[in-house]
Amino acid sequence: MLRYISKRLLYMLMSLFLIVTVTFFLMRAAPGGPFSSEKQVPPEIEKNLNEYYGLDRPWYIQYFDYLVSIAKWDFGPSFKYKGQTVNDLINEGFPVSFFLGMESLLIAISIGVLLGIIAALNHNKWQDYAAMVFAVLGISVPSFIMASILQYFLAIKLGWFPVARWESLQHTVLPALALAAMPMAFIARLTRSSMLEVLGNDYIRTAKAKGLSQGQITVKHAIRNAILPVVTYLGPLSAQILTGSFVIEKIFGIPGLGSHFVTSITNRDYTTIMGVTVFYSILLLLSVLLVDIAYGFIDPRIKLAGGKKGE
Amino acid sequence: MGKLLEVKNLEVSFQTYGGEVQAVRGVSFYLNKGETLAIVGESGSGKSVTSQTIMRLIPTPPGKIKNGQILFDGEDLVKKTDKEMEQIRGRDIGMIFQDPMTSLNPTMKVGHQIMEVIMKHQKLPKSAAKERAIELLRLVGIPMPEKRVNQYPHEFSGGMRQRAMIAIALASNPKLLIADEPTTALDVTIQAQILELMKDIQKKTGTAIIFITHDLGVVANVADRVAVMYAGKIVEMGTVDEIFYDPRHPYTWGLLASMPSLDSDDKAELASIPGSPPDLTNPPKGDAFAPRNPYAMKIDFEMEPPLFQISDTHYAATWLLHPDAPKVEPPEAVKRRLRKLSTNYPQPIIVRESE
Repeated sequence: MLRYISKRLLYMLMSLFLIVTVTFFLMRAAPGGPFSSEKQVPPEIEKNLNEYYGLDRPWYIQYFDYLVSIAKWDFGPSFKYKGQTVNDLINEGFPVSFFLGMESLLIAISIGVLLGIIAALNHNKWQDYAAMVFAVLGISVPSFIMASILQYFLAIKLGWFPVARWESLQHTVLPALALAAMPMAFIARLTRSSMLEVLGNDYIRTAKAKGLSQGQITVKHAIRNAILPVVTYLGPLSAQILTGSFVIEKIFGIPGLGSHFVTSITNRDYTTIMGVTVFYSILLLLSVLLVDIAYGFIDPRIKLAGGKKGE
Repeated sequence: MGKLLEVKNLEVSFQTYGGEVQAVRGVSFYLNKGETLAIVGESGSGKSVTSQTIMRLIPTPPGKIKNGQILFDGEDLVKKTDKEMEQIRGRDIGMIFQDPMTSLNPTMKVGHQIMEVIMKHQKLPKSAAKERAIELLRLVGIPMPEKRVNQYPHEFSGGMRQRAMIAIALASNPKLLIADEPTTALDVTIQAQILELMKDIQKKTGTAIIFITHDLGVVANVADRVAVMYAGKIVEMGTVDEIFYDPRHPYTWGLLASMPSLDSDDKAELASIPGSPPDLTNPPKGDAFAPRNPYAMKIDFEMEPPLFQISDTHYAATWLLHPDAPKVEPPEAVKRRLRKLSTNYPQPIIVRESE
């Protein structure tokens, strides 16, 4: 197990290196630069700026400098936010996005799995159709509309929750719901189809022949076998949700990490682009690793390679 | 020896897009305590549906018990609620399925899958249930049961898994064991071992067995009595000797003739029954076997044959037993094995009129 994890961590470093390299050169290949914006800067000042940020040096020097500093977990100063480093941006934004993301993940998984199970157990009955209509709505309604609807009804009409801002736990409910809608719907559909498949298996009939009730069969035999596709989806999903969403954060006025993904690109904020990309990649690779480890626990037939035994 | 199970005029159908499939069309048989009854027939003859209906395991809908009674220990299982059936399944009736590779839960330890039955029906605590599970694994001939009990199904071979399935089915000493083609998915040497094991267990526990199979060799090995099913009906039923040495129904003849034997001439081609079973969405008029029956008479296509009784235990539904029917010779392979049985009545008696 330990050998497996260290091997995987090594692979992660290699993937990370590739990601850094590709992003670095893609970014440079895009036309424009951080200082070629609307406001024309005098050439002398631009020269000074380039010198300060090291943009005047040959690309390979820049590249290796960057690699060295990234290895030291230093993403450099932000081009756009004066006086702030990219590390500052991440340190400020990520805890907020992480909290919000965790909340939505919990909502999405618990309600999504529950809906999927109810739908599968009542296959082709009204509960199934109701759950699936709900799921289709969740998938097809864009998050900004979902957010506005929630704000209108739950905040303005009913006054249960504040409309926006990021202050107390109450403030987190609406954005978490809006963010959870899509993954929840997706998880519900995944769980349903996977449950339906599992419920048709011979071992479910065996469990029934033992005299177990439908509830016991579902809890003890069906869910564990049906949950794998959901776990697979959770890997990329959690990386995505934990780093925040541009749309939701804008609508609810949340100081999260999500907005940096979009604004840093329009700003040609090289160091921020690199910083958030690397950070996101690390989260993604870690969550995929966690998912793979979880597989081994859920399904004993999946042996983690590297270790001699799957125990 | 009293009757443990009596199935009376059972009719089961399935609602499909193509219409109503009448999978079981009026099946009646009984089973004594401690006895083994084999139900034979080709795929689609309704033998598995019959057995799963006894356990009330057919999904409803689309399945439906349209008619009939299943008297188990004097109580009609057809009328039981789902909750009452949960108490009977696993406790009074155990079931072994065809494919041991897929019939065990891959993510649950084998021991735990056995313990579930014990904990549900005997209400034993976990530790005692585990002891019993180890004991059962030993009973079904699994070496090192203390270690095996903590393993997952994928760590078992096919034969071992079927043994584990048998352990599950036996876990709470059922009065009836239904084995639905338990050896079909296994290779021949393992088949023999499993059959020996089942016979051995029956001797030890005295459980009655319904053995579903399409393999007549297996039937000769394990059964006391045999019911031959075709197109949702029992066409012939009798003791093993009666079915093997004095078969009366042309379908049974066909089955016996298509059974390879060691002393058969290697130049002779293996016989088969031409054609395929009828579509049970629209069961044919008359005898369902008539279109494939080389001995079919005109009346076979028009009226269902009555049920004849040939001895106390031997029944067959064919017009050939009618006093007016011409004498026919069974196929050569069957004729070779025919014997005169002393228990036969002088004349077959009609016990159920044709419909």
